Amino acid sequence: MSHSLVTMSYIVATILFILSLSGLSNQETARKGNYYGMMGMAIAIIATTLSGSVTSYVVLIVAMLIGGSIGYRAASKVAMTQMPELVAIMHSLVGMAAVVVGYANFLDTHSGLMGVEKTIHELEIYIGILIGAVTFSGSVIAFCKLSERISGKPLLLPARHWLNLTVLISVVLLGYFFLNFGHADAEYFRVCETGTHNCTEVGYSPIALIILFIMTFFALLFGVHMVMAIGGADMPVVVSMLNSYSGWAAAATGFMLNNDLLIVTGALVGSSGAILSYIMCRAMNRHFLSVIAGGFGTASGGEAAAIEGEVQPIEAEETASVLLAAKNIIIIPGYGMAVAQAQHTVYEITKLLRDKGKKVGFGIHPVAGRMPGHMNVLLAEAKVPYDIVFEMDEINEDWGKVDVSIVIGANDIVNPSAITDPNSPIAGMPVLECWKGETTIVLKRSMASGYAGVGNPLFVMDNTRMLFGDANVTMQAVLKALRG
Amino acid sequence: MKIGIPKEIHSGEKRVATTPDAAAQIIKLGFSVCIESGAGLNADISDAAYQAVGVEVLPDAAALWREADIVMKVRAPEPQEVDLLREGGRLISFIWPAQQPELMDKLAAKNATVLAMDSVPRMSRAQKCDALSSMANIAGYRAIIEAAQHFGRFFTGQITAAGKIPPAKVLVIGAGVAGLAAIGTAKGMGAIVRSFDTRPEVKEQIESMDAEFLMLDFKEEGGGTGGYAKTMSPEFIAAEMALFAEQAKEVDIIVTTALIPGRPAPKLITADMVASMKAGSVIVDLAAEQGGNCELTEKDAVVVKHGVTIIGYSNLPSRLANQSSQLYSTNLRHLLTELCPKKDGVIIVNMEDEVIRGTTVIKEGKITWPPPPPTLSAAPKTAAPTAPVAVAPEPVSPLKALLPMLIAGLVLFAVGATAPESFMTHFTVFVLACFIGYQVIWNVSPSLHTPLMSVTNAISGIIVIGALVQISAPDTIVSTLAGFAILIASINIAGGFLVTRRMLEMFRK
Repeated sequence: MSHSLVTMSYIVATILFILSLSGLSNQETARKGNYYGMMGMAIAIIATTLSGSVTSYVVLIVAMLIGGSIGYRAASKVAMTQMPELVAIMHSLVGMAAVVVGYANFLDTHSGLMGVEKTIHELEIYIGILIGAVTFSGSVIAFCKLSERISGKPLLLPARHWLNLTVLISVVLLGYFFLNFGHADAEYFRVCETGTHNCTEVGYSPIALIILFIMTFFALLFGVHMVMAIGGADMPVVVSMLNSYSGWAAAATGFMLNNDLLIVTGALVGSSGAILSYIMCRAMNRHFLSVIAGGFGTASGGEAAAIEGEVQPIEAEETASVLLAAKNIIIIPGYGMAVAQAQHTVYEITKLLRDKGKKVGFGIHPVAGRMPGHMNVLLAEAKVPYDIVFEMDEINEDWGKVDVSIVIGANDIVNPSAITDPNSPIAGMPVLECWKGETTIVLKRSMASGYAGVGNPLFVMDNTRMLFGDANVTMQAVLKALRG
Repeated sequence: MKIGIPKEIHSGEKRVATTPDAAAQIIKLGFSVCIESGAGLNADISDAAYQAVGVEVLPDAAALWREADIVMKVRAPEPQEVDLLREGGRLISFIWPAQQPELMDKLAAKNATVLAMDSVPRMSRAQKCDALSSMANIAGYRAIIEAAQHFGRFFTGQITAAGKIPPAKVLVIGAGVAGLAAIGTAKGMGAIVRSFDTRPEVKEQIESMDAEFLMLDFKEEGGGTGGYAKTMSPEFIAAEMALFAEQAKEVDIIVTTALIPGRPAPKLITADMVASMKAGSVIVDLAAEQGGNCELTEKDAVVVKHGVTIIGYSNLPSRLANQSSQLYSTNLRHLLTELCPKKDGVIIVNMEDEVIRGTTVIKEGKITWPPPPPTLSAAPKTAAPTAPVAVAPEPVSPLKALLPMLIAGLVLFAVGATAPESFMTHFTVFVLACFIGYQVIWNVSPSLHTPLMSVTNAISGIIVIGALVQISAPDTIVSTLAGFAILIASINIAGGFLVTRRMLEMFRK
């Protein structure tokens, strides 16, 4: 394949990727978008393979087959509740790939670059590995947090900001040394085995390689520390931020290899993740930097108002009769629904109530769950039609018309103190104002506070009833009562 | 502590302060409970039912008043009951401190601690103890039943073979708890219901019950403190009376519930208005106890004047004794729960607690009534602090606003000054791609954020290209690394696209 043909294929692939992302703008075109993405990827890989620079087809095909089948297995086996974990671990793979490609590129001496171009090239390698390593270790920690292999609580080391700053400065300094040693223009170092004169010439400086290792170590540490310091409720931000990083890692690799396709694709993914992080931050009324800095609620001013009052419990049978008496019902799912795997039962109830002529809808907060859009996927899995699933902005005006709202395993996203209490750690965060409806039924395992550790005055409101227990078990009981 | 429930001795009073259900709950709070034999009989509750839940039955009132540390009653104590009250004893019942100053003095002289169920403050938290509301609800319901009893026609309209039956027209004056209950009951029976109240905020509540709110073309708000009505100006009353006079000619049934706390009931229906009503009409005066809203009402009697039946029962809740005993005892139980936070059977009259402070009218012989006004009006919900926290944006200094731009400009300048041309071509591509990404992603629907992430995940597997161009390098380390990179990137590509497809298949209309 001629160089121009390869470039042309890359342009086609780029366009297909853009179409793929824009296809996701609504449900009707989303599937087509996914196929565009696949086509783009296939064209890019085939064009590169045939470009002439690839000769070891066996290794290539074996590696792709193994990787592909692992990916296929993971994709077909993963439960929808585990999507955040899957996404996180896939981010780490991109990070790792970026690191590996960076090292391979560093060790490959056939670039033949000189002077400033060489410096820029080295810098690109350095940055590519840096971003890749941060993405990798950060995503691994995010994966562990999401799958509860480690606690979701933020780990707040003393002087953690100084720690981060120190790492940053040392990375910059190391970069300076790296460039100065790696810059040894074609000045080949001799590596000799001791005692013999059997020497090999290598095209890179071993000192530069060591510096690169140290930097990678620091970057890994930084990634671990960054995600460790972030609480579970901020996970949607972290996941989309790592999504963004994995894109930047790909873009950096593109610079390193002078490959526009990688640059464009990386930039697309990077800005996509950045926008998602921004949307998530806005949904929590938090500043991006403060999320990254970690430690939920530690920076807020005065004492948050204590919540006092008495909760009014309710039983499943009573819940069923309340539901039967209502006309307009809104269900607010949260992470607790995912944990209890209650989405199928919830949909059974929805179906039953809809058959009885009631209006049932779902209200989704942008940060419900542990990654952007998590709840939508769970509900889709349970076959909930997407036209009865509403966004927060669509529904917040209409609470007056709602007879019953059911909050399933959500807490902070329905916390009125976000609006009423300026000292609350979540003050100013837009929330689903379900308390404006006639009755709110809150399903909760116990009276513990949410991930943010904030008390919720909703639970003690006059029109709130608490239904305690595992969400799936209690929902099953409600379903039985509705049928009986 | 021992709680005693005497039999009510007020004539016509059938209620009892505690039912077996409530007694069982009270015993759980650590108290012991005793009743006077036959206390529940008028409310259809036998002594055996009390004994079944562990309540002691005492033979007579004297024994009960002697034994009990706390006496719980419905009606305010009669003089002979006050005599029976122990020195320094505790009493919880209706008291009406404003109307009964002598009773208050006598109770104070006994060094008693008295909690008045009629003085429970009107706050959200105290709603579960609010016996006035629970009794008013019953009174409103019963008022319509009494009216139906004396009204010679159907409530609901019908067209039958034997001719057309017009629906009854009911006017409910005062839409408090009793008024709303009356509206609901009358509506449920099929009548046309209108209602009037001096407090404009109840308009919505009346309309929510499907009744018509009679507007008075007059600007004055009738909401007093604590969600109750207040006395209106003479001009307002004149306008109001004109409205009633007009309505009286038209409606069949009038239910009046107008009360102003601590004052005689306002006279709203004059003798002339009664005379102007159709023969066979009915007036139920729920304010009979406080003198009546109708000039012709006689307390505790049914009279017929100008062909109109005027019902002045003051004991309507007592006419549904079982139901009202049940609700009243639940109110009492909730109050006891507030008084006994440790659930150890000992009450603590904590004057710091707003609910208990308001309810307590005499503490250890000291009259503490009236309480300081409650801080929150229950009725106008709009006054509640729901105003969103408008955090005023801090004024951003121009330097701070310009700084990011300045830094970005410097960085771009530095890059432009040092980077070679080949880099700049890539950089152009990069910046433009960022902008395309920005434009495209903003349109993505939030419900598709997860598929978006998994598809971008797959797409970032494009890093495989970087590995592909290196796999054929002569150096084995490089080609091994490249092979490994291809492997993990392939996981990403296959996994990302397939899981996205799986997810998108699930989304359906």
